[in-house]
Amino acid sequence: MYPDFKKNIPVDQAGVDERVARLAARSIKKNTKITGLKLALSMIDLTTLEGKDTPDNIEQLCRKALMPSAALPGLPTVAAVCVYPKHVRQAKKILLDSTVKVASVASGFPSGNTSRKVKLEEVKFAIDEGADEIDMVISRGEFLKGNYTFVFDEIAAIKHGCGKARLKVILETGELGNLDQVRRASDLAIAAGADFIKTSTGKVQPAATPAVTLVMLEAISDHFRKTGKMVGMKPAGGISTSKVALQYLVMVYETLGGEWMNNTWFRFGASSLANDIILQLLKEKTGTYHSANYISVD
Amino acid sequence: MNNNDNKKGFEWTYAPAKESVEHIKLNETYGHFINGDFTSFDKKNSFTSINPATQEKLARISVAGKKEVNAAVRSALNGYQKYWSKISPKERGKYLFRIARMIQERARELSVIETLDGGKPIRESRDFDIPLAAHHFFYYAGWADKLEYILPNRKPKSLGVAAQIIPWNFPLLMAAWKIAPALATGNTVVLKPAETTSLSALKLAEIIRDADLPPGVVNIITGGGATGEQLCAHDDVNKIAFTGSTEIGKDIQKQIDGTSKKLSLELGGKAAHIIFDDAAINQAIEGIVNGIFFNQGHVCCAGSRLLVQENVLDEVIEKLQKRMQSLIVGDPLDKNTDIGAVNNESQLSKINFFLELAHKEGLEVFQTQNKNSSAGYFCAPTLISGVSQNSRLVQEEIFGPVLTVQSFRTTEEAIDKANNTPFGLSAGVWSEKTSRIFQVTSKLRAGVVWANTYNKFDPSSPFGGYKESGFGREGGVHGLISYLSI
Repeated sequence: MYPDFKKNIPVDQAGVDERVARLAARSIKKNTKITGLKLALSMIDLTTLEGKDTPDNIEQLCRKALMPSAALPGLPTVAAVCVYPKHVRQAKKILLDSTVKVASVASGFPSGNTSRKVKLEEVKFAIDEGADEIDMVISRGEFLKGNYTFVFDEIAAIKHGCGKARLKVILETGELGNLDQVRRASDLAIAAGADFIKTSTGKVQPAATPAVTLVMLEAISDHFRKTGKMVGMKPAGGISTSKVALQYLVMVYETLGGEWMNNTWFRFGASSLANDIILQLLKEKTGTYHSANYISVD
Repeated sequence: MNNNDNKKGFEWTYAPAKESVEHIKLNETYGHFINGDFTSFDKKNSFTSINPATQEKLARISVAGKKEVNAAVRSALNGYQKYWSKISPKERGKYLFRIARMIQERARELSVIETLDGGKPIRESRDFDIPLAAHHFFYYAGWADKLEYILPNRKPKSLGVAAQIIPWNFPLLMAAWKIAPALATGNTVVLKPAETTSLSALKLAEIIRDADLPPGVVNIITGGGATGEQLCAHDDVNKIAFTGSTEIGKDIQKQIDGTSKKLSLELGGKAAHIIFDDAAINQAIEGIVNGIFFNQGHVCCAGSRLLVQENVLDEVIEKLQKRMQSLIVGDPLDKNTDIGAVNNESQLSKINFFLELAHKEGLEVFQTQNKNSSAGYFCAPTLISGVSQNSRLVQEEIFGPVLTVQSFRTTEEAIDKANNTPFGLSAGVWSEKTSRIFQVTSKLRAGVVWANTYNKFDPSSPFGGYKESGFGREGGVHGLISYLSI
């Protein structure tokens, strides 16, 4: 049975902005900061989604995922690497014996403008190649048209196709227009079986914003309140500094609570964030900032 | 996977992030600010100002008796006759702009003093009290030479000497609310801050002195109720502006009966905060929190009576209780503190009296765990449900972080309950339906009604009450009229 798509939970943009500003004013220092940074690092889906990706790039990304910094032994690994289906097999081979997952975008990423058949085949291909997690995009055109049952069915079909793999549903909030729509899409994706809801592909601006993330966290919180079931959250795109990452963690902590403060339930979709965290952790350890040249690019 | 997944969840206690107090310079003793300078400290008539978060002594402060009150009023009259009524309105504006800028320049110092002396969280004094105080001076500075445009074909005239008595909940901000419009309209001032929070007013006196204001234009005297009474009674006072309790407001009204003194009163409140089922509930929760837990609930317009539509009552209470648990009660100087210290001991006893009453009445009292164990006066955020309209908790102003919750079914019921109070200062309404907002707000008997937000202030917006919440307006053009004969 479909949920009642006409019933939308209203969101007040001004109130959300105010709350976000207040959460961002939390002062995170000393041990709290170090704990937070290590946690943030362990939540990263280290991502490369470029047409120009080479096997060397992928190899480098996976090595980085396993050992974020040689100068800081004992750091956690990142949560996952996120690549196109074509690179899944290679990534899985490198990460096979580790705890780092391989996530693959699939379903006509990034626009989703293809047939359901092709989407399901792409998901199947990624899973056959060894993907542990699937990051799908919703059909924004159908969603904005008001064809909610289409979007719901599509998510449900892909979730079925995922089998044991965890499904992250990308709403591409930068194309949804307003926060009411973000909330509607979040509720829809959760009802259709999403394991995670995710803000953005990273290919559309604006990508993740604190306001959008807060609204999605509220959707997760309301779902948990009603059903007792947890859903994960992944802001992606545009989170590149430690300071902003800590602000996101504060938001998760104060909105959802400590149960979500781990990489089973919260991820950052990011590429350069890991290096900034390493930079900050090196600074906390040595007292001085290092040149970016001391940290490997990926 | 580096999975610290466990059902108890991750505990992320924020490390202390304390604002530094090293740059703060406070004298050990203070006299009054009369005729452009400080009088010497009067050891025989003095009291100690303490930090309510620690009970540490901050300074000794003089109490103005009849002699000092007379001197201050004489100085204000002299300042009015000799200087302030003589200089051009444009020049008056320049002085106000100067004070505004100096408040901004010394914002950090003033914020810390406000927090040390009053117990409010540094986040609020830094982001609300001090910037808004400067903003009031800026706003009224602009009006100084434009008074003739307030009402067409009228020549507004200043009144003379204004006696101004302010409360302890927003010490510097209330001083700004009072002084800025009085000076812009050409009046001179004798201001008396509340006994427990005199320090920021005395710092403002330093700023006024450093701004080279002509002597006597602003006088600041310290002391308690007796000082205020003598000040109001003085024959040379032309205008009284009082912010404080309804009880004292009534006393002042009786006291000046038969005189030509102009009066404005901003008194207590017991605001209804109405949540309809079509509201954006998650944002409404923030509005409720901001409405009652802002400044430890020491806000005359606090949304202290929550009225929630029956069908969302459980959801609102559940979410509110969860949100309340994330409020950090503690050291007001810590940048992460949400709720600081109750301003003074007698106020804490008053709050505790009401909490005991709630227990006696058998009401459901939800209070978060107050983790602060310091020597100060603290009260954890409290939610009281199952309370009825005839309870004293609903009828009387508690002036603390204590919220009562009642339900309603129809719009009429909400309006009836909201208006069923001797007060009428403020109210709040939450609904995503615009027609409902207009329908309800126009029927609420309150001076300020917020819709889908709460506790928002701007110098251009008038503020004041109906019924026993007082009369006269502060802020905006209306705030000028309180200081003019038109």
